[in-house]
Amino acid sequence: MSRPQDPGSTGPRSTGPAGTGNGNEPGLAARVRERWGVHGRGQHERDRAEARSVDLHDGVRERAGRSGGGRPSGGRHGGARNAGGEQFVVPRARPDSYYGKPIIKEPVWGSPDVPGYLFLGGLAGASAVLAGFAQATGNHRQARVSKVAAVGAVGLSGVALVADLGRPERFLNMLRVFKPTSPMSVGSWLLSGFGGAAVASAACAVTGRLPRAGAAATAGAAVLGPGVCTYTAALICDTAVPAWHEGHREMPYVFAGSAASAAGGLGMLATPGHAGLATRFAALGAVTELTAKRRMMDRLGETGEPYRTGRPAKLLNVAEVLTVAGAAAALLGGGPVLGGGAPGGRRRVMNTLCGAALLTASALTRFGIFEAGRVSARDPKYIVRPQRERLAAKAAGSVTDPPGS
Amino acid sequence: MAHSAPPLDPAAHAGYEDHPPRMGFFTDTSVCIGCKACEVACKEWNHVPEDGLNLLGMSYDNTGGLGASTWRHVAFIEQIKRPGDAPGPGHEPGPGHGHGHPDDSGASVLTESALGEFSADGSRWLMASNVCKHCTESACLDVCPTGALMRTEFGTVVVQEDVCNGCGYCVSACPFGVIERREGDGRAWKCTLCYDRIGDGLEPACAKACPTQSIQFGPVDELRDRAQLRVDALHEAGETGARLYLEDPDDGISGGGAFFLLLDEPEVYGLPPDPVDTTRDLPRMWRHVATAAGALVVGGLAAALSGRRGS
Repeated sequence: MSRPQDPGSTGPRSTGPAGTGNGNEPGLAARVRERWGVHGRGQHERDRAEARSVDLHDGVRERAGRSGGGRPSGGRHGGARNAGGEQFVVPRARPDSYYGKPIIKEPVWGSPDVPGYLFLGGLAGASAVLAGFAQATGNHRQARVSKVAAVGAVGLSGVALVADLGRPERFLNMLRVFKPTSPMSVGSWLLSGFGGAAVASAACAVTGRLPRAGAAATAGAAVLGPGVCTYTAALICDTAVPAWHEGHREMPYVFAGSAASAAGGLGMLATPGHAGLATRFAALGAVTELTAKRRMMDRLGETGEPYRTGRPAKLLNVAEVLTVAGAAAALLGGGPVLGGGAPGGRRRVMNTLCGAALLTASALTRFGIFEAGRVSARDPKYIVRPQRERLAAKAAGSVTDPPGS
Repeated sequence: MAHSAPPLDPAAHAGYEDHPPRMGFFTDTSVCIGCKACEVACKEWNHVPEDGLNLLGMSYDNTGGLGASTWRHVAFIEQIKRPGDAPGPGHEPGPGHGHGHPDDSGASVLTESALGEFSADGSRWLMASNVCKHCTESACLDVCPTGALMRTEFGTVVVQEDVCNGCGYCVSACPFGVIERREGDGRAWKCTLCYDRIGDGLEPACAKACPTQSIQFGPVDELRDRAQLRVDALHEAGETGARLYLEDPDDGISGGGAFFLLLDEPEVYGLPPDPVDTTRDLPRMWRHVATAAGALVVGGLAAALSGRRGS
């Protein structure tokens, strides 16, 4: 059973790490008390009064010394024990949750499979777009690199997605039906079409055969690529996970920007001497991603808390620093904006480093967003509070946006 | 989404032309005695595997919540009114106390008032049997990419276990945390409203086993009427905290095929207070997805053109 871990949890008994409880109290009762933090919140006096006066059922209470009262919630510390007194082992129900248990199920999607896929799918789709424009502008070196990148990334994506299924041998069931109501169904068809085009495009580019078919495949991949980049936003937002669902206005732009920044970054990394197009593409992506992400955070309020705290925040902050540094250094040092910039050798090194930074940043962004969703699914407060506010607004008769608009 | 006056008929919406009436559950938690016969009967009939015999420290709740292998779950909530507490929902002696039979449909053997009223010492023990809501607008069904989740002719929502490939999308889509992927099996499972029994004119196993008729099975229209009578009777008897949950065809899921009479706020029972069908926003999401995809192409174009001008 996963428990909310963040400090602001609604959970009545968000516990400390295992083993930090009071080691002096052996037995089930002590473990239960430690785990559930029965008498946190500094209300032990009232608890005790209730324990004396209320006789619901004897099976769940005990006579035992209790550890020190008045401490913060959680049963973390082995404080001094008070004199014996009857008390509940069962914690008092909090008014806003059922024993702090999550209301929705935490996504079963595994990490690194699914956040890895969010990154690789974006990389593949945007690389196909970059390849298309590189080919159209006669930048064949960039085009070839991006075509190969698209194939590699989409291939790995497929592996990650199939591996994440509960019944991987049934992955073809995805293509039994086409359902616009299911982003995963739409995505399965998109990926199938895109994968075929990307393979054909890269094969022609690498072997040099069938250039016309190759050009058609490149165009096809470039047309489907943007969808591959952005449908994944609908994929995660079309869930009951509050941090994802409520971010659905901005998430597609975050994902599009992050994908462009990754594809551009890979282009810079792989062709540091001819990275003008890739650099500009990456920089535009970086700006889009950062702007959209900022807007999302501002709009989400408390629902966005999982993005701003704990592990997701760390991932996202590192990603942001890398994105800003990578994009800025590439534009200034690589010279596509300031015309020239650093001389050849240094420019190559700079482009390689910036490309790697942007690529890493894109991956970290996806992992951060994925983790934030998990956190927000675990804590019932992210569900109860906004829904309560919505009900209160309805009751007040005020005109409100439809939920989640 | 605009709501028309007649409630949405999910079976007709799914394409059944000639179909039986929509069937569902009305779970009247005011007469639940926490016997867990529903949990047991469900497991027995549906061959649902054992999923842990645990002491959770949550009153008499040893199953924790609905999941892949718990399709009926009885919640136990111990509440204590303290001096100085705000007079929240609960039993208050009303003028109609002791009057009348709440309904004559044979709904419940325990009629006068709720078992969940506060006793003299200010405590009460709420019990409630939770189940899949078989939503009128059902997000799990909408997002299922394989078509494994389907709407039956009874308007219920059922997973076809021979089709499900365990993608887990339904798990994240359900606003109630009902459906879940089973460890070691890999597929998603949930209440079928005993599709195999109701097709033969039997009632679902949980309703059959319920000794107090807390779980009532029948046509949803009829159950809605019955639920209204019951909540009115409880109000008259002074049980002011009684309220219906998910019976309203105009709520966020257009009403549940399974709905409830609760004695406290939904979140006390682990239920979301104002659930909304997850896929209601999907058309808007698709528009943003399309715009963002367009922006990506424009970005590529801008990058390509600015390079030309520069060189």
